[in-house]
Amino acid sequence: MIWQIDLAVLILVLICAVGALAVKDLMGAAILFGAYSFLMCILWAVMGAVDVAFTEASVGAGVSTVFFVAAVFRTSRRSKD
Amino acid sequence: MEEYIPLFLTKYNYWVYITLMMIGLWAMIAKNNLVKKIVGMNIFQTAIILFYVSIGAKYGATIPILQHGSGHGHEAAVHAADYINPLPHVLMLTAIVVSVATLGVALALVIKIHQRHRTLEEDEILEQLRES
Amino acid sequence: MKALALAIVALVGGLLISATVDFPDWGDPASPASLHVSPHYVEKTMEETSVPNIVTAVLADYRGFDTMFETTVVFTAGVACFLLLRRREPRPGPSRVYRHRATGVIVEMSQPPDTEPAPEVFKRIDDDWTPHDLIVMNVCRLLIPFIQLFGLYVIAHGHHSPGGGFQGGVILGASVILLALSWDLRTATTRMKETATGLMSATGVFIYAGVGALALAMGGNFLDYAALSPILMVDPVAARSLGIFFVEVGVGLAVMATMVLIYRNLASEGHLDQGL
Repeated sequence: MIWQIDLAVLILVLICAVGALAVKDLMGAAILFGAYSFLMCILWAVMGAVDVAFTEASVGAGVSTVFFVAAVFRTSRRSKD
Repeated sequence: MEEYIPLFLTKYNYWVYITLMMIGLWAMIAKNNLVKKIVGMNIFQTAIILFYVSIGAKYGATIPILQHGSGHGHEAAVHAADYINPLPHVLMLTAIVVSVATLGVALALVIKIHQRHRTLEEDEILEQLRES
Repeated sequence: MKALALAIVALVGGLLISATVDFPDWGDPASPASLHVSPHYVEKTMEETSVPNIVTAVLADYRGFDTMFETTVVFTAGVACFLLLRRREPRPGPSRVYRHRATGVIVEMSQPPDTEPAPEVFKRIDDDWTPHDLIVMNVCRLLIPFIQLFGLYVIAHGHHSPGGGFQGGVILGASVILLALSWDLRTATTRMKETATGLMSATGVFIYAGVGALALAMGGNFLDYAALSPILMVDPVAARSLGIFFVEVGVGLAVMATMVLIYRNLASEGHLDQGL
């Protein structure tokens, strides 16, 4: 547990979360959400929760992003807010 | 002011988790786009999972995989303080997989709504419903 | 609406932050969560189940009932996605697009043909998204067997390293999704048929519940793998380890099939003919 890495990743996670909600393009939101999930995975690996980090790397950063991209591809990329 | 510095140093992790959770909650309530609402829901979920996992964290402990030789039953004694608490990991591991399953159902509902209304914006859908 | 949301969020956040003052310090080894049941798991897992990865042991053995219903939730989500989106009738819009394999010429037919052109001469492609990238297709073709091998390793080696049924199942499902992304959805559907996907999803849950019911039939409690030792012909501790493995296989099968099922229905809006 190295607190410098922890703090840096926590700030990046916050930036990614705000960015995923602020960006107007839904495809961009999906990609930023993938980045958010991957940073979350790093955070858990730093905390020593290896199984949870592995699950998040495969589920959150991998499959969820693909689901989002598939759904945005089938609907619309436009977002008013 | 002086007495708040140790409080900050031991608790700032929790504050970041609460901030993330509130970002997710705000997106679920205030965002207009349905996909943005789902992103907010996922941020909320991961913030709660982060909180649970951090409950199990221990300074000076290692990952919850026991050191072992070949065979079983004749190992050196294991001390619980040397290993991170595995229980929150177990609970949250399944929660992550369930969250992706619920994400699939939510996106399926979004696709159905888009098929019927041709839009994902909440106010436009409400307007269409009022007109009909 | 935004002001109201902001007020609610500020209120809840303020309450939660004021509550953190009473929390144990971050990373405190003597926090209440680490004092009651988890020391038993850490200290007794090796002699009770002979599984070094405590997370796997707790997931599939001590809290096996919990995990069984988590698997059921994943299966139910797959079924819900199928029922919401799947459409039997073909997609509206009559045109079909084919690529001549030898020359790469794209042919568009305004009416669906009565007989499909010979598949070794004309390859059907998606009409809204038509990339043909030799490098991506062949790299993915080479990569997918290794991804699947790694998924099987993760399922089988979850006793000794991070991993287990959930992660391995997702990796196996992701390999099929990668095939659909790099080639097209029809190729992935012919490699893993729709009925087979549904059956695998249900079989995974059935394996999990079946192992539990078998333990019940052998005179133990539900999901008490030690009762399986007469069948497996090993001592009760090793039987628990093996029982965890069987359960993980069931979880992996269910999760893999459900991921593929959800992706397929999302990407093609339930028509399963073309998609991302």
